[in-house]
Amino acid sequence: MKSRAALLLLPLISLAACSPGTQKSTVEIDGSSTVFPITEAMAEEFQKANPDTQVVVGISGTGGGFERFCRGETHINDASRPIKAAEATACTEKGIEYIELPIAYDGLAVMVHPSNDWVDYLTVAELKKMWEPEAQNTVMRWNQIRPEWPDEPLSLYGAGVDSGTYDYFTQAIVGKEGSSRGDFVSSEDDNVLVQGIASDPNALGFFGYAYYDANKEKLKLIPIAPGAEGTAADAILPAPATINDGYYQPLSRPIFIYVSRSAADDAAVASFVSFYIDPTNAEKLVSEVQYVPLPEELYTVIRKRFQERTIGSIFENAGSQVGVTLEELLNREAR
Amino acid sequence: MARTVHRKSAESVFFLSALLALSVALLMLAVLVVEVFVDGFSQLDWQFLTHFPSRNPEDAGILSAWVGSVYLITLTVAFAVPLGVAAAIYFEEYARKNWFNTLMEMNIGTLAGVPSIIYGLLGLGLFVRTLNMGRSLLAGALTMALLVLPIIIITAREAIRAIPSSVQDAAFALGATRSQVIRTIILPLSFPGILTGIILALSRAIGETAPLIAIGALTYIAFLPDGLSSPFTALPIQIFNWVSRPQAGFHSNAAAAIIVLLTITLLLNAFAILLRNYFYRRIHAHLS
Repeated sequence: MKSRAALLLLPLISLAACSPGTQKSTVEIDGSSTVFPITEAMAEEFQKANPDTQVVVGISGTGGGFERFCRGETHINDASRPIKAAEATACTEKGIEYIELPIAYDGLAVMVHPSNDWVDYLTVAELKKMWEPEAQNTVMRWNQIRPEWPDEPLSLYGAGVDSGTYDYFTQAIVGKEGSSRGDFVSSEDDNVLVQGIASDPNALGFFGYAYYDANKEKLKLIPIAPGAEGTAADAILPAPATINDGYYQPLSRPIFIYVSRSAADDAAVASFVSFYIDPTNAEKLVSEVQYVPLPEELYTVIRKRFQERTIGSIFENAGSQVGVTLEELLNREAR
Repeated sequence: MARTVHRKSAESVFFLSALLALSVALLMLAVLVVEVFVDGFSQLDWQFLTHFPSRNPEDAGILSAWVGSVYLITLTVAFAVPLGVAAAIYFEEYARKNWFNTLMEMNIGTLAGVPSIIYGLLGLGLFVRTLNMGRSLLAGALTMALLVLPIIIITAREAIRAIPSSVQDAAFALGATRSQVIRTIILPLSFPGILTGIILALSRAIGETAPLIAIGALTYIAFLPDGLSSPFTALPIQIFNWVSRPQAGFHSNAAAAIIVLLTITLLLNAFAILLRNYFYRRIHAHLS
C-alpha cells in the first residue's frame, strides 16, 4: 500500500522539481533552415561570451517563421529571401515593424550525376525550359533541351515548395516566384536530394551551395550562363568568390535576419544582433558553416542600418529579386 | 495415410511461414540497430551526453535534448495517467449504456488512430496560442498527454474489465460503497494492466516528433528547462535536425542520439515491466 502511494507521488515530485527558477533574458529566433546553421553558430558563440542571455533558435521555414514573427512571437526571423508583400501586411496589421539585415550570400547550385558527361554548362533559358510549368509531362528527355544530348529520361530534383530556396529559384529561372512544373522530386530535406541525384545517372537538381560543398564527391556541379544566348565562355561555376562578388548570376542571393523594431530596444536582443553583424564574427563564423560572408565594407552599412534602426525592406516588399547586388540596394537607399 | 502426410506438410508449411514472418521482422530491426550502431557508436561518449548542441559535429552533444525528453515524458505521464485512469473508471463503473456514452467510446477509439500531427496542430492552436503558453515545456507535455490519453483509457478499461466480477460482488455484499470498491479492489487489481498501458504510451510519446515540430519546439537550445514555461527541445527533434544537415559528422551524431533514445526507451520500459511484475506477484499472493 505504501509503495503504491509513493508511486502516485512520483509525477508530482518531478513536477515540483521543475518549478520556475531565475528568469534570464531570452532571444527568440525562428525561420529559415538555410539560415539556421549561421544563427546556430552565432548563438553558440554569443552565449559563451554572455552566459546570462539565452538564445533559442527554431526552424519553421522562412514563411512559417514570418507568420510567427508578425504575430510578435519571436524577436528575430531567419529569412532566405526578402519579406513578401503579404507578410509585410500581416506585420503592419499587428503593429510589428522590422529591421532587415542581410547577413551572408548563398548560391544555388545546379548539379547532375557524376557520370553525366554531356552537360558542360546550362543557360538560364535551358533551365527555364526544364522547370517552367508548361514543361510538365512534355519536356521529359535530355535531347529536348539540346538536340545533341542523349535520348535519356530527364529526372528533376528540387528544394521543397515551402522553402525560400524554391521561391528564389523559380523567380530567377522561370520568372515568377512559386511557379514551376509539379512533376519533380521535391524535398525539404536536402540530403534526400543529394541521395537522389547521386543515385540517378539522368538526374538534374538544385539546392543551396553549402550542401553541394559538403557532398562534392557525389555530385557534378554545372556552370550557369546568364540569359538565353549564353555560351560556354559565359558560364560561371558557383564558388565562394563568384557568389560573393555577384558573378554567379542569377543564382546567388543574399540571406537575411529580420529584427523586430520593438525587440531591438531589449538590451539582450540588441547585443545579440550587434554580435551577429560584427565583421570579425561574421567573417569567422559564416565561413565556418560554409556560407559566404559579405564584403567587409557592406557590414559598415549594415551596422549603420541597425544602429539607426532603419525599418522596412530594401526590396520594397517585392519578394525575391534577381540580379541586383546588395551594394546597389543598400547604397540606393542610403542616398 | 496420404491424408496424414498432407496434413503434416501443411502443418510444416504454416510453421515455416510463421517463422519466416518473425525473422523478417527481426532482421529488419537488426539491420536498423546494426546500422545505427556502426554509424553512431564512435560518437557516443560522456562528452556527447553532457554538452549542448554546437556547429561543430565533434563538439556537439545532446544534453538539452535528452533532459528535455525526460522532462517532457515525466510531465506527459503526470497529466495523462490520472485523466486516463479516471476516464476508464467512469466508463467501466459508472457509465450507463446510452447513446451519449456509446458515442464517447467510439470517439476514443477513433482518437487513438488520429495521426499525431493533428494533435500537434491542436496543441499549437489551443495551448500555444489560445491559452498563451508559448512554445513551453507545459504546452508540449499537454499536447503529448492528449496524444497518449486514448491509449491509456483503452488499456486501463481492459485492465479493469479483466477483474473477476465475483471479487467486486463480494465487496458489495459486505456493504462497501462503489468508491470504496474502486479504491480498494479495482485500482489495486488493475494496476499491472494500467502500467502496461503507460508503457505503451511512454514508448509512443518519447519517439514522437511531428507534434513537437507543429507546436514549434526549438531546434537549437543551449540551456536546460528551468520551469514549466521554459522553452525546450527533445531528442527526436535534435535527431531530425542533424539528419537534415549536410556534414557527415552530424549524421553520425544523429545515429548516436538514436542509440541514446533507444536506450532511454528500453530503460523506461524495463522499469515499468519490473514494477508491473512486482505488483502482479503481490496481488496474486493476496488473492490466493
